[in-house]
Amino acid sequence: MKNFEIPAFECETGNYHTFCPISCVAWLYQKIEDSFFLVIGTKTCGYFLQNALGVMIFAEPRYAMAELEEGDISAQLNDHEELKKICLQIKNDRNPSVIIWIGTCTTEIIKMDLEGIAPKLEKQIGIPIIVARANGLDYAFTQGEDTVLAAMAHRCPEYKNSELRQEPTNKIDNSSQIKINNSSNNNFISERIELPKSKLVLFGSLPSSVASQLNLELKRQSILVLGWLPSQRYNELPSLGEGIYVCGVNPFLSRTATTLMRRRKCQLIGSPFPIGPDGTRAWIEKICSVFNKTPVGLNERENQIWKAVQDYTRIIKGKSVFFMGDNLLEISLARFLIRCGMVVYEIGIPYMDKRYQAAELLFLQQTCKKMNTPLPRIVEKPDNYSQVQRMHELKPHLAITGMAHANPLEARNINTKWSVEFTFAQIHGFSNVQDILELVTRPLRCRSGIMSDFQSLSKQTNKMNSI
Amino acid sequence: MKLAYWMYAGPAHISTLRIASSFRNVHAIMHAPLGDDHFNVMRSMLERERDFTPVTTSVVDRHVLACGSREKVVNNISQKEDLQNFVDRASSYSESDVILADVNHYRINELQAADKTLEQIVRYYLDKARREGFLNRSLTDDPSANIIGISTPGFHNQHDCRELKRLPSEPGISINQIIPEGEFLKNLKDLSRAWFNIVPYREMSLMAANFLEKEYGMPHILTTPIGILNTADFIAQISKIVNLWSFSLIEKKVNYDLYVENQTKFVSQATWFSKSIDCQNLAGKEAAVSGDATHAAAITKILVREMGIRVSCSGTYCKHDADWFNEQVQGLCDETIITEDHTEIGDTIARIEPSAIFGTQMERHIGKRLDIPCGVISSPVHIQNFPLGYRPFLGYEGTNQISDLIYNSFNLGMEDHLLDVFGGHDTKEENIKSLSTEKNNIHWSYDVESELKKIPGFVRGKIKKNTEVFAKQNNISTITVDVMYAAKEKLSS
Repeated sequence: MKNFEIPAFECETGNYHTFCPISCVAWLYQKIEDSFFLVIGTKTCGYFLQNALGVMIFAEPRYAMAELEEGDISAQLNDHEELKKICLQIKNDRNPSVIIWIGTCTTEIIKMDLEGIAPKLEKQIGIPIIVARANGLDYAFTQGEDTVLAAMAHRCPEYKNSELRQEPTNKIDNSSQIKINNSSNNNFISERIELPKSKLVLFGSLPSSVASQLNLELKRQSILVLGWLPSQRYNELPSLGEGIYVCGVNPFLSRTATTLMRRRKCQLIGSPFPIGPDGTRAWIEKICSVFNKTPVGLNERENQIWKAVQDYTRIIKGKSVFFMGDNLLEISLARFLIRCGMVVYEIGIPYMDKRYQAAELLFLQQTCKKMNTPLPRIVEKPDNYSQVQRMHELKPHLAITGMAHANPLEARNINTKWSVEFTFAQIHGFSNVQDILELVTRPLRCRSGIMSDFQSLSKQTNKMNSI
Repeated sequence: MKLAYWMYAGPAHISTLRIASSFRNVHAIMHAPLGDDHFNVMRSMLERERDFTPVTTSVVDRHVLACGSREKVVNNISQKEDLQNFVDRASSYSESDVILADVNHYRINELQAADKTLEQIVRYYLDKARREGFLNRSLTDDPSANIIGISTPGFHNQHDCRELKRLPSEPGISINQIIPEGEFLKNLKDLSRAWFNIVPYREMSLMAANFLEKEYGMPHILTTPIGILNTADFIAQISKIVNLWSFSLIEKKVNYDLYVENQTKFVSQATWFSKSIDCQNLAGKEAAVSGDATHAAAITKILVREMGIRVSCSGTYCKHDADWFNEQVQGLCDETIITEDHTEIGDTIARIEPSAIFGTQMERHIGKRLDIPCGVISSPVHIQNFPLGYRPFLGYEGTNQISDLIYNSFNLGMEDHLLDVFGGHDTKEENIKSLSTEKNNIHWSYDVESELKKIPGFVRGKIKKNTEVFAKQNNISTITVDVMYAAKEKLSS
């Protein structure tokens, strides 16, 4: 293993703001179309999800709360019976292909044996039940998705080598047939390549159109993706097993990666994540190298994208940014922004799996070197209060922060961008680079004339200088 | 265990945070796992608050849970020693006042907990002042009142507060204190100097008012000044209370009748509106009402007694206040429904099929589903309920706002109905600017059609158009998935 210098990591008190990991329900229930998510928790959990789902809650989403009442906490009621009642009701109302139980802080503290009850109940009601513990004691925000996917990985069918999938050969030409479209006025060749599927499974929940885009990019390199975890439908989970390669698309999926490697015996491809044209290129390159394919046209593709977004990069070149940290995407985003020409002062991040993000960290260092900017300070488990003090000293051009701090910082004349938007916007692949830059440049672009003379719109700071 | 999809009132600890962050110079430290401080987000985004929400999470993780959290909490408190603190576990290391929030999470909801917490704080500081001998028992020279129960992020609370300050000031009553919003804890000792207390939202402040009455003999006005009749009643009660002391303190009796008459007839537009002919057209129409006890009862009264509208069903989710609510709306509506289950309310509304609904955000969505117009009159709150403009529900300005709300809700429903009946919707043929009618016949291949379906409906048309423009520019006649994504990269959205 190459011995590289790891950037300096600091660790603060961990008193920072981020969302509860059960928020993953908000996007996962939409991704997995035949699923039903049952969050087993208290009013606090329900109230949070109600606000997080926003208007979606009125559309009768495939989600519900099993609200724990006093009798449940004091062990007066039988958990098994209570859950059975609820799951039968769900089966009658919605008939999903899978029910996913989300354990919360309360179930942790009262040590409810969800993993013990689930298999028995599954037999009784005839619907698969997956248990994922997504609680704020152990995880932060997007790591909720991590625990759900790690739990789901156990349900993927076993990959059998003898199935009708051929081994990928080295030379594409032999095993493929290319048909060129007859109306040949076009620059694009419509290919109907009948390639055997590569033994590659990608993991991470992305909107279907983005997943298709990534599939297409790999297809251009003659690699056909075997499947995705999660798949659009529970019944279409990809096969896993020895001989399968897996690669993640998001930096917060370290537990899933570990589960796939250790429990399902897959091979993990460690690469930077496909965020930004540089990240996407590096990701594809790494996958190609594993499958012994020479990447075709990648550099041109990347340069093409950089040219296309010149107008945006011009706005941010030389400007500075501070990540307060909440969704674990920070390292990849920082690396991309550095490549665009920005200076990153500090990256706050809830949790850093240094092995899973090793390639990304290395890439970050290389990018800093290439762009001749100093390596940013990386702070795990940040302390928001201290960060705000630092921001007042450093005065970055842009702060990427959560919604709890965005408005107050704006009132103190620091431009902000909601970090949550990066979780829900489409930021992966070559085609979505413009989207990320739209988000980043918007606060820097739309400054109206009124505010430039005021230092702060907060009465607090006008009276005292401490906050 | 019960299956729940939606709740009207939040959990108990939210109210503790509401009360704490309403007081000035109070900082709340929540000893909780990650994510429990979404209250900060709510407050910051809904109230568009310019300052940091004074709530910090002292994060509990498994490690802290295992070896006891006392040290961590204490460390966090001493870090913020300049500010007053509010923790949920007593600590003897701190020099600041510590109160145990006596709220049982499983038995009471947000509103009841707010009520209890406020009472606890008021009791604590008054008892403390009495013990230490600096409680000021003398009444203010001029008639004054406290307003109890304005908090963040309450439903139109900031606007109501402005109106509540204005309302008694014209008859000559000043405001002593407004709690909890914006008040310093150390000023609470002067709470009992006021002549009486105003309790606009009984859900949030009844207990505190009762305590002040019992211990300090302070009368309070329970009538919420929503609507012309209630506001007149409110002022009448004020004059009765003031007249108890006025003779000895200010040597005259007060009479606000002229004030009330002037406001009712000329300043507020609501009375005139209810006599005007388009309001007469609303007479006999059916409405359904639902919300918190205060607003639901008040709106029911306004609809029936001030506008002549029939209320088929009136309800509230404040189950603990069912008796008071039933008493208030007795004889005003055909049926009452007291429940926390939104599906019951939805079913009732679907059965009744009123011309308009007056309820919460949930009822607004029920209305959308059933195609019935709905005006929002109660919490739970939504960004819509924090308008920048002045929109109180209380007082005489409030009567104007409410009349507007009611009228527009019914009217828009009428408009749609009329358009339907007379086929009045825009019937011009849409000008379809499609490139596919031009010479270059662009053909969409089968697999890209299915990709297109994955794109949400409201951008699909735009993307289709962009792609066709791109294809035409590059002389492509068949659009494939490749082409669609290339178009996205090339053309700016």
